[in-house]
Amino acid sequence: MGGFENFFAHYNYVATIVLMVAGLYIVIARGNMIKKLIGLMLFQTSVYLLYIAPGKIIGGTPPILDANFTIYSNPLPHVLILTAIVVGVATIALGLAIVSRIHEAYGTIEEDEIIARDDQE
Amino acid sequence: MRLDVVLRVGVKLIIPFMLVFGLYVQLHGDYGPGGGFQAGVIVAGAIITYALIFGIEEAQRVAPRKLVEFLVPLGVLIYAGTGVIGLLSGQNFLDYSVLAAHAPAGRERGILLVEAGVLVTVASTMIALFYAFSERGR
Amino acid sequence: MIVTIAIVRMRNLFGVIALSGVYSFLMASVLMVYDAVDVAMTEAAVGAGVSTVLLLAALHLTKSLEYPMPRPAAVPLIVAVGVGLALIWATYDLPAFGIADAPIHKHVAPHYLQNAIKETQVANVVSAVLADYRSFDTFGEVIVVFTAGIGVMLLLKGRRTRRDGSQGETP
Repeated sequence: MGGFENFFAHYNYVATIVLMVAGLYIVIARGNMIKKLIGLMLFQTSVYLLYIAPGKIIGGTPPILDANFTIYSNPLPHVLILTAIVVGVATIALGLAIVSRIHEAYGTIEEDEIIARDDQE
Repeated sequence: MRLDVVLRVGVKLIIPFMLVFGLYVQLHGDYGPGGGFQAGVIVAGAIITYALIFGIEEAQRVAPRKLVEFLVPLGVLIYAGTGVIGLLSGQNFLDYSVLAAHAPAGRERGILLVEAGVLVTVASTMIALFYAFSERGR
Repeated sequence: MIVTIAIVRMRNLFGVIALSGVYSFLMASVLMVYDAVDVAMTEAAVGAGVSTVLLLAALHLTKSLEYPMPRPAAVPLIVAVGVGLALIWATYDLPAFGIADAPIHKHVAPHYLQNAIKETQVANVVSAVLADYRSFDTFGEVIVVFTAGIGVMLLLKGRRTRRDGSQGETP
């Protein structure tokens, strides 16, 4: 098994990781806090994909039992990610609430300006 | 709020179907894709759509804030209470097999109850989040 | 992918949020392809519906334009690409995509798939695992949602009492 075939057996993971890196870049490079939270959302969704992808079996069906099918994809990651999505939106909402309180206190949501104002005082 | 007539009438037509679809997803979750989390989000989505088009006061006549905030802990209590029934009957916490004569039927009933708790918590939390954000804006 | 890059580049936050709704729908269709119908449904409803509305509401409370990048972008780019390359290198130890005898399919999943009907009378295995086999897990998740809701309500309520105090704007 050469490196080339190996790449095509894993290309979906590569795509997932590109998404993850994009999210990470937004979180590190951008100072705007809402943008940072959107970066976190990107990171989260890439983690969802990373969990769901190994559970897929080529030729399998969704895990709803029926007499006509025998191969099902793995239900366990689906359960974990299902709850993680809802929890994710709840935590993002908490983050947004904190951001809007920061906006009320400082008048800005840019990280650099907030740090500059803290240094002035 | 004077908005477009098309939006108002269209949303009025859509919202009953959204609510019914939410209930379908909830109750049919045993046999098809669905369950408490999805149904909760769909029901909350219906209320939020109503609030977006008709204004937050109208939405709070349908789902008053006091009621929504009461439902948030109620869902958790439904879930935990289902667990405690098992505990009181001498089984483990969240062991549903005591809810009916046969263990599988009891477990099915337990799943329905737990999903109902999840529905109540998720839907009311999402609506409460929306109310909190939109009331802050004025 | 293209949507992602556009999200990274764009500075108008309104457009970013609209794009993140598009992204959620695309993600839901990818999850459909991976056989995760329940998850796809949740992602479509949550990502495209509720979280877009919440982001817009938060945007209404703050400003809609992001400032041009005030800091050098090279260091974060190097860090991100480095992390990405390390992760891609790590994926080569994972089993290939879609094969049926990967370790993940050998642990508890066969038990769930074979015994779900017999033990719980529920045909959707995801529901059975969610609410029965792993109900402690789900209970924890529900409590997290509950706590986050309470936290947001605490943070965003009672503006009128705070406004008069000297907490907010400093001269």
